[in-house]
Amino acid sequence: MSTPPDARTEILRRVRAAQPSSSAPVPRDYAADDGPAGVALVDLLVDRLEDYKATVRRCAAASLPATVASLLTGVPSVAVPPGLPAEWLSAYPGTVSRDEADALTVADLDAPGVAVVTGCAVAVAQTGTLILDASPDQGRRLLTLVPDHHICVVHTSQIVERLPAALRRLPDPTRPLTMISGPSATSDIELNRVEGVHGPRRLDVVIVA
Amino acid sequence: MSGTGNIVTPLPFPTLARRELGDQQLRHNLRKATHTIRDKRLRVVGEVPDWEQLRMAGAAIKDDVLARLPSLLEQFEAAATAAGATVHWARDAAEACAVVADLVLATGTAEVVKVKSMATQEIGLNEALEAVGIHAVETDLAELIVQLADDTPSHILVPAIHYNRTQIRDIFLERMPGVDASSLTDDPPALAEAARRHLRARFLSTKVGISGANFAIADTGTLTVVESEGNGRMCLTLPETLISVVGIEKLLPTFADLEVFLQLLPRSSTGERMNPYTSLWTGVTPGDGPQTVHIVLVDNGRTDTLADPVGRQALRCIRCSACLNVCPVYERVGGHAYGSVYPGPIGAILSPQMSGEGANRTLPYASTLCGACFDACPVRIDIPQVLVHLRQSGVDASRGRPSAERTAMRTMSYVMRDRRRYAAALRAARRGAAPLRLVAGRRGALRRLPWPLSAWTSVRDAPLPPKQTFREWWTREHSS
Amino acid sequence: MRIALFVTCVNDLMFPDTGKAVVTVLERLGHQVEFPLDQTCCGQMHANSGYRAETLPLVDNFVRTFSAYDAIVAPSASCVAMVRESYPRLAPSPALESVASRTFELSEFLVDRLGVTDVGARFPHRVTYHPTCHGLRMLRLGDRPRQLLEAVEGLTLSPLSGAEECCGFGGTFALKNPGVSGAMLADKCAAVCDTGAEYLAAADNSCLTHIGGGLSRSSAPVTPIHYAQILASR
Repeated sequence: MSTPPDARTEILRRVRAAQPSSSAPVPRDYAADDGPAGVALVDLLVDRLEDYKATVRRCAAASLPATVASLLTGVPSVAVPPGLPAEWLSAYPGTVSRDEADALTVADLDAPGVAVVTGCAVAVAQTGTLILDASPDQGRRLLTLVPDHHICVVHTSQIVERLPAALRRLPDPTRPLTMISGPSATSDIELNRVEGVHGPRRLDVVIVA
Repeated sequence: MSGTGNIVTPLPFPTLARRELGDQQLRHNLRKATHTIRDKRLRVVGEVPDWEQLRMAGAAIKDDVLARLPSLLEQFEAAATAAGATVHWARDAAEACAVVADLVLATGTAEVVKVKSMATQEIGLNEALEAVGIHAVETDLAELIVQLADDTPSHILVPAIHYNRTQIRDIFLERMPGVDASSLTDDPPALAEAARRHLRARFLSTKVGISGANFAIADTGTLTVVESEGNGRMCLTLPETLISVVGIEKLLPTFADLEVFLQLLPRSSTGERMNPYTSLWTGVTPGDGPQTVHIVLVDNGRTDTLADPVGRQALRCIRCSACLNVCPVYERVGGHAYGSVYPGPIGAILSPQMSGEGANRTLPYASTLCGACFDACPVRIDIPQVLVHLRQSGVDASRGRPSAERTAMRTMSYVMRDRRRYAAALRAARRGAAPLRLVAGRRGALRRLPWPLSAWTSVRDAPLPPKQTFREWWTREHSS
Repeated sequence: MRIALFVTCVNDLMFPDTGKAVVTVLERLGHQVEFPLDQTCCGQMHANSGYRAETLPLVDNFVRTFSAYDAIVAPSASCVAMVRESYPRLAPSPALESVASRTFELSEFLVDRLGVTDVGARFPHRVTYHPTCHGLRMLRLGDRPRQLLEAVEGLTLSPLSGAEECCGFGGTFALKNPGVSGAMLADKCAAVCDTGAEYLAAADNSCLTHIGGGLSRSSAPVTPIHYAQILASR
């Protein structure tokens, strides 16, 4: 099943033959660093999340379990990644299925009414983006993809203003990364955005001070 | 080696454009959609104070990639391989299709799910797979619409931009197996829901996913897909095998360079601050996602394009489609008039370069050189400059062949390079026009001219020169 | 300051009044204008159609004709864009770049070099302004022509919707793709008529010929006029 042996050689030879002139330095005078952190940053994130139809709750650390439980009202079963702090779901009365040793199947996650609760690696205020990097409190990618309802917990210390700062915060860029900005959406019909296609149609974000 | 596949127009642009112009519904749909996205793009670009600096950086990073392409390709290959991916190379469309078909056949599956990808459209992958008995299911909503309608894409970002909601509902009603006819309205959320139901089981059970990539990161071997619906995540996450077809110009040197491109791309393409989903994966991650990962690096005319010092800037393109959305020509005729999967201004410079001399010769003339595309381009491709450059190449390549246009241009150049010949010609034109004034009548304009100027008077009147040229007036004024 | 008028070939033959208007305005402001008779055509149509070899003698002629002047002023955004933006790419040389950098579209010369927006004109009419593509996106004329028009006594400026969209002329584009060009023209004419203006002003008589030809065909009551002629009125 191998490529004809010379395609690689020939393409590289052709690229070398076409070799453009030497490269010039890249001007990087765009805003790479964040402004000061603070309340305004949280407000900006909330504004941007809500603009793209995510639901946002803000709470103190102590009331996180109650906030999560209230978002799960009527939800019979919740999937969680292996490293999600148990305390977050301590006020939730339903079934909690933990994805330990990749135990959960696609069918489990596709069952009606299943929600998923995760943390995130970093959040970008300017664009309303949550970045998941498969850390233990976020888990495998399918966890936040197959269920129709995703609750993501963000600590204010995880919020940065801009994308450059967010990318620099990721400890290992070779982990599977998912950037999420609102619930799934499409602009394919007359270039108007409508929410709700294949990914989770409900995205709740809990911002913990 | 020239590129092949769906990048060569079957008929000259003016012929196809004439056909498309006759479709009033198409004109209406395109106008509505392009104006919607123009306004959105302007709004979100206006929010970014350092937009111009990001554009400069984006252009420079891509130029750097092109300058160091051999070593970056080798670096990418080494990193991706080390992370568990298998890297393949393909010189043209046929070779790329053969590589992918062999990989799919080896899995023993007869159906694959696809993420929207220009590279696979370019090489004609679906047709090639069908020929060996493999059905490729397009999962992007617009691609699905086009596939169900047995049509071809007409836009880089929204291949079904030429359809409005009512037409899309009709396509679904007629062609989508198992669609619930009683509940399907032309409300966009209802149409999106129908697509969700139609594809859900396939996402959850299909063994092979096929994608392109928006960016390939040389230093980490990472691939990136930027999307909205979650169909991309489904195809990239749930199958056992993932095959990604990637043009060799898609590289970025480092992971950190994404900080520029993930700001430029969403705002330029869908007019959003950020698209709903961006996926990044590096080879194979045990326990998470496909455990067999292939990457097919495709040339297909890109090295030809790279060899042209002026034209190579077209390889900076990140397929955002902002140039299509602002183009007044695209707005009137749509993507099918360009005869290639790459339509609009970028297509008019990319398709002819990738396909080599000969084909696509009319595309560089499919523009008024108004410059709206350059202003909108997030990587500062000077499309008007390249259009003129390609016109030059076309003229130079056909020197020696008889041409009425060339004769006219030569004659005018000869006359205009000398003041006496020029003044005599103006005088002759003014005098020659004198009898026409009788025809022109009160409005002082002509309603019909002979070929080739009949093209002008088809919808416009033509003015007549006045009785005195400027230089005659000046000379008379200053002779005393 | 030695000022040369580069009238452009289209204006020389078809629109001499525009050239006269530039002379009138500059003289009214106390400047003497020269018209070097060696000038012909900038070669834009040749260059944009791909005829580089046929363009180069015209470039040489332009540089020779105008190199002695401190400022070269032209009532055409697209011809000035040709000289300033395209000449240096076609045949780069220090002499050429020097001449190109001294070549100005009229509104640039008035607003930037002379620092004038009120040229003492009077034009008691309703006018709409179409910013032509090369003025808008190559020269970046911005609101300079608007500033000049707003200072004209009696003039009412009506906004043009979709002003920044091309009229569909594009030189030989109108002949090579007449249908597309005509569709763009129809939209532009409709927008112009919607303004209710008596005059349509612009910085390029070539574009005005195109739009004016469409307006004339539909007997629309709007007269195309180069804005220099408005500035010359009183």
